[in-house]
Amino acid sequence: MIYRTVRDLPTEEYFAPGHGLCAGCPIGILAKIVLKVSGKDSIIVNATGCGEVSTTLYPSTAWRVPWIHLAFENAAATASGVRAAYDAMIKKGLLNKDANIIVFAGDGGTADIGLQALSGALERGDRFLYICYDNEAYMNTGIQRSGATPFGAWTTTTPLGAKLSGREIFKKDLIGIAIAHKVRYAATAVPSYPFDLANKIEKGLKVNGPAFIHVLIPCTTGWRFDPSFTIKIGKLAVQTGLWPLYEYENGVFRTTVPVPRRKPVIEYLKLQGRFKHLLNKPELITEIQKYADELAQRFGLGPIEQ
Amino acid sequence: MQKLKQIRQTLSGNYAVAYAVKQVDVDVISAYPITPQTTMVEKLSEYVATGELQAEFIPVESEHSALSVVTAAAATGARVFTSTSSQGLLLMHEILFITAALRLPVVMAVANRAVSAPINIWNDHSDAMDQRDTGWIQIFAESSQEAYDTMIQAYRIAEDLRVRLPVMVNFDGYILTHTYEPVDTLPDEHVKEFTPRVKPPFRLNPDEPVSIGTLAPPDYYYEVKYQEINAIENSLPVIEEVSKKYGDLSGRYYSNVEQTSVNDADIVLVSMGALSGTARHVVRELRQHNIKAGLIRLRLFRPFPIKSIIDLISDAKAVGIIDRAVSPGAVGGPVFMEIAAIMKLYGIDVPIVNFIAGLGGRDVTPSDIKYMFDELQLTAISGKPKRPVYYIGLRGWNP
Ligand SMILES: Cc1ncc(C[n+]2csc(CCOP(=O)(O)OP(=O)(O)O)c2C)c(N)n1
Ligand code: SF4
Repeated sequence: MIYRTVRDLPTEEYFAPGHGLCAGCPIGILAKIVLKVSGKDSIIVNATGCGEVSTTLYPSTAWRVPWIHLAFENAAATASGVRAAYDAMIKKGLLNKDANIIVFAGDGGTADIGLQALSGALERGDRFLYICYDNEAYMNTGIQRSGATPFGAWTTTTPLGAKLSGREIFKKDLIGIAIAHKVRYAATAVPSYPFDLANKIEKGLKVNGPAFIHVLIPCTTGWRFDPSFTIKIGKLAVQTGLWPLYEYENGVFRTTVPVPRRKPVIEYLKLQGRFKHLLNKPELITEIQKYADELAQRFGLGPIEQ
Repeated sequence: MQKLKQIRQTLSGNYAVAYAVKQVDVDVISAYPITPQTTMVEKLSEYVATGELQAEFIPVESEHSALSVVTAAAATGARVFTSTSSQGLLLMHEILFITAALRLPVVMAVANRAVSAPINIWNDHSDAMDQRDTGWIQIFAESSQEAYDTMIQAYRIAEDLRVRLPVMVNFDGYILTHTYEPVDTLPDEHVKEFTPRVKPPFRLNPDEPVSIGTLAPPDYYYEVKYQEINAIENSLPVIEEVSKKYGDLSGRYYSNVEQTSVNDADIVLVSMGALSGTARHVVRELRQHNIKAGLIRLRLFRPFPIKSIIDLISDAKAVGIIDRAVSPGAVGGPVFMEIAAIMKLYGIDVPIVNFIAGLGGRDVTPSDIKYMFDELQLTAISGKPKRPVYYIGLRGWNP
């Protein structure tokens, strides 16, 4: 199945309305699309974070498929356990049908504290789809920096002051780490390009081994923008070259959403409160532009439109 | 009942446990090597490699992941096993609470070992005592035979729908894990019959979706926690029932609190684990000299078998509690504090003394035990202990 329009997506909803995600949070859009593609026979493994606490406030749950959360740093190991249980029980005839096992974990739970468990699972080749929803900080605990926080961004632990203008380090190359483990399938995505996302989920689920999808999640609360801008900001991340959409399959990279004319990064930065202080620091914006140019070159994106 | 034909094998404690795990036919094993547990995991991976045991063996990158893997596999409905020691158990600590609160029947063998620093790979009970508030059932075996028998019982207890709690089977590092002894093992089919598959009340199943491990606000957390407390309290009669049934099958009966010559004893020692063998030997010797000594061996530590202990110590003139772990800054070791508390609560006015012994693999010899009984005799005469805590065998400790 190739998803091109809304009509291609199943009408079934396995992610229920009424959750507690912030207005404008694309984690809900992501969950909805993932479950439309993966269908009823899916099991969700959640790491601690926004995606977990906002969707399962006891006694309610937004998940119409089986869902499990054990802790913050062990989502990958938890998924390995579910996978192993299925494999063993199917072999022994205790179960007669398989399920899609899908992890949802934030950037903190993936790039930092959960990296060890993720590395273990990827190295073993455990068969599940790991989706890192990357809102570029620890949002659940109140917007602290993570290894995935971008250069120049304000967070509550990279605050602004005479000595500091936000985070001084570029994002950790998380997907690069996954690829270094020889995952069968890896891809970047953003809910602003839902069909690109849907196609990647479908591919990731079909792989015989671990698959990793790194999804950018513009966070209205932590990035400080109006909720009506969620989709627009995600699109700008792609169009500025800061979040190239590509996939990696059998050792080959392929750009899935071409950007023939790139927008300057300032278009993306100026809409977000977390970068507001950069507006009078042009040298830092130049650094970020350079970072985008490098990515653009790597993934064959076009020149900046004049 | 017709007598069962058992198979006598020469097994180390680790192999005895691995053999039991194979016989109960687990589905998922995940573990990480740590001395002195390692040979158990090696044996299990061998069983899986040869096909003697049909299970998924997940060689994880840490103990934290090992327990996460088996907890999740149990939530999916599989029968699981993991094992560890010392630092490994400490690294699992966070997940131990989660397994118990989610009421998942995980069974774990712990080859007891001291904890760092200084790094020490020898036996004491510091690792297991650290886990006493996690909600796991904790059993301490005295011999490899008992470790084997207890493993089989552990699955029956953990999976019982009246219990649904994880069970930790403790056995002393090296003293049991690496010592070869004759172990009587049951035929496979009898183990299988004794540990039938129980349909779990919930599991990760797309046909009946549930959310496991959700966020519980102040309005619910307390009640959920209470259900767990209730479950472990109510597990006591189930543990007794399973021991009885296992005894009927194997001829080996165990009770939660085992006693030697306690009925008419004036001075009583309380111990746990392999050291109890030495203590029992000393009790027999003292009895030959008409000294009224007795021994209580705690087999079950969680839930704490309060009633049985009370019944046994009420008539003594002095009671000594051996701890192979410490609680720095507290009045004494963990077992001592537990017994002191219940004595106060049940109005039992018998003088008690705490003997800290065998930390980090320091030998506890028959003469150490004799010394403890000597002190208990003095305490019985004076009616008052000289001091609450004795550090047995510690160089430079000069009371
Ligand atoms: C061991 C441990 N340390 C810290 C926490 C507190 N904690 C819960 S969620 C979270 C941050 C989650 O950040 P991320 O993974 O990026 O997800 P997000 O909240 O942004 O969705 C932290 C630090 C925890 N639950 N467990
Ligand atoms: S804080 Fe951000 S990521 Fe978390 S729910 Fe709100 S918008 Fe979503």
